[in-house]
Amino acid sequence: MKKIINDPNQVVQDMIKGMAAAFPECIKHLPETTVIVRKEAPIHHKVGLVSGGGSGHEPAHAGYIGEGMLDAAVAGEVFTSPTPDQVLEAIKAVDGGAGVFLIIKNYTGDVLNFEMAAELAEAEGIQVEKVIVNDDVAVEDSSFTSGRRGIAGTVFVHKITGAKAEKGASLEEVKQVAEKVVANVRSMGMALTSGTVPAAGKPGFQLAENEMEIGIGIHGEPGIERKDIGSADEIAEELINKVLADMNFSDGDEAAVMVNGLGATPEMELFILNAKVQELLAEKNINVYKTFVDEYMTSLEMAGCSVTLLKLDDELKELLDAPSKAVSFKI
Amino acid sequence: MELTVNKGLAWLKTINEKIQEKKDYLTDLDQAIGDGDHGINMARGFQEVEKKVEANDYADVSDLLKDAAMTLMSKVGGASGPLFGTAFLKLSMSLKEKDPVDYPSFSTAVGAAAEGIKQRGKAGQGEKTMVDVWVPMAEYLQNAQEFKPDELETKAKSAMEATKEISAKRGRAAYLGDRSIGHLDPGSVSSYYIFAALAETLQERK
Repeated sequence: MKKIINDPNQVVQDMIKGMAAAFPECIKHLPETTVIVRKEAPIHHKVGLVSGGGSGHEPAHAGYIGEGMLDAAVAGEVFTSPTPDQVLEAIKAVDGGAGVFLIIKNYTGDVLNFEMAAELAEAEGIQVEKVIVNDDVAVEDSSFTSGRRGIAGTVFVHKITGAKAEKGASLEEVKQVAEKVVANVRSMGMALTSGTVPAAGKPGFQLAENEMEIGIGIHGEPGIERKDIGSADEIAEELINKVLADMNFSDGDEAAVMVNGLGATPEMELFILNAKVQELLAEKNINVYKTFVDEYMTSLEMAGCSVTLLKLDDELKELLDAPSKAVSFKI
Repeated sequence: MELTVNKGLAWLKTINEKIQEKKDYLTDLDQAIGDGDHGINMARGFQEVEKKVEANDYADVSDLLKDAAMTLMSKVGGASGPLFGTAFLKLSMSLKEKDPVDYPSFSTAVGAAAEGIKQRGKAGQGEKTMVDVWVPMAEYLQNAQEFKPDELETKAKSAMEATKEISAKRGRAAYLGDRSIGHLDPGSVSSYYIFAALAETLQERK
């Protein structure tokens, strides 16, 4: 294992320290926790938005804190859900009296721990609502989930609910729009190489030089199949077809596209893939309203990518276009 | 039966003793059908519970169990943290302003804990989870009307042993399906220690 770290067991604390120091104009670290919150939190009468999960997916989730997106992110150990006491601290820190909304990716541990925190917060008189994101069409159940996994599509949920809350929407309205995004967002990923969890010291799985895995999860969980690596065009086609098979697009419908790098994929390759994605969508008469190509939801230093489509209506377009000053998602 | 703060403290300490003693055994059980960290996680969690409750004074049993619950959920991790945390949190909530705790309120509290675990884990009986100990124990306590330590221990043990024959439907073991048959459910074994420790603690004065 070759990494720029100090102590493998301290990577999360060390990262949080460095992250808070990098963007003091936007975020702050809640002392004694693994929670990062928006600098102005709590904001009076605004619904507070909390997301989080295991670390190793940077810039998710703390990179999405800022005006127009999240109010807090809770960081667990690498690929491990944060505990309820930490989530509770985040909820308390962002409650401005209008309630707190939790954005949870569908992993058994995350759901358990966030729901437990929600109950504890309610016992303290804070109103809490939640949405569970399950955009990954690859597999129904995996070693970390019951049902589909939550992956890069979660970033669209952050963006759109963030914009809604920033406009002064109620907790119920925020929940409604979050559910709308979840109903209309689908993703799928693939990998060429594995990431290495620092505390484990060795790669989570092995792929041969000429192999790729289609439908991989962001913790290296198995996907649909392992096979010989294809061209960027072939990969784009396979991912897009699987995603579209699970969506209902009519001629002329509009979509947002996200081509996401999993940590060790050069932007060059992401752009090469995106070229084919756009071509395929044009062939199917789907109008691409906005495209995002970057690293949004990574898996340590995994080489690979995911493709996400969000079907848009007027409300979602407006909220997607709304300003965001989040550290890693500026609009 | 009378559960006082002191008895509650002794109960938590006895649970910790048993879990520490069986740490490797619990981990072995989990290695067979789970991800192999149950003993390590539970041992760490209950060690922290003992540390926490020894360092504090408690006005009533409910307060004591709440601290135990919060410690479990923050120190055990994984799915076991919130699930065992929920069990103790529901006990605590149900026993609020009941001090000392008598038999009827305790049996009601175990019912609330069993219900809480079911909801938190979205699990029912017969799915090879800790529910298969907590639900039968709640029912037994409801029906028994009075505290009989030996019988309680025996009931908990047979509920725990019955998980061996179940095919797992929830948790990591569910990926094994029928291949999980023949193995005890580690969460049920830990749950058995909780009830066995209760029987031991409340028997001593008799």
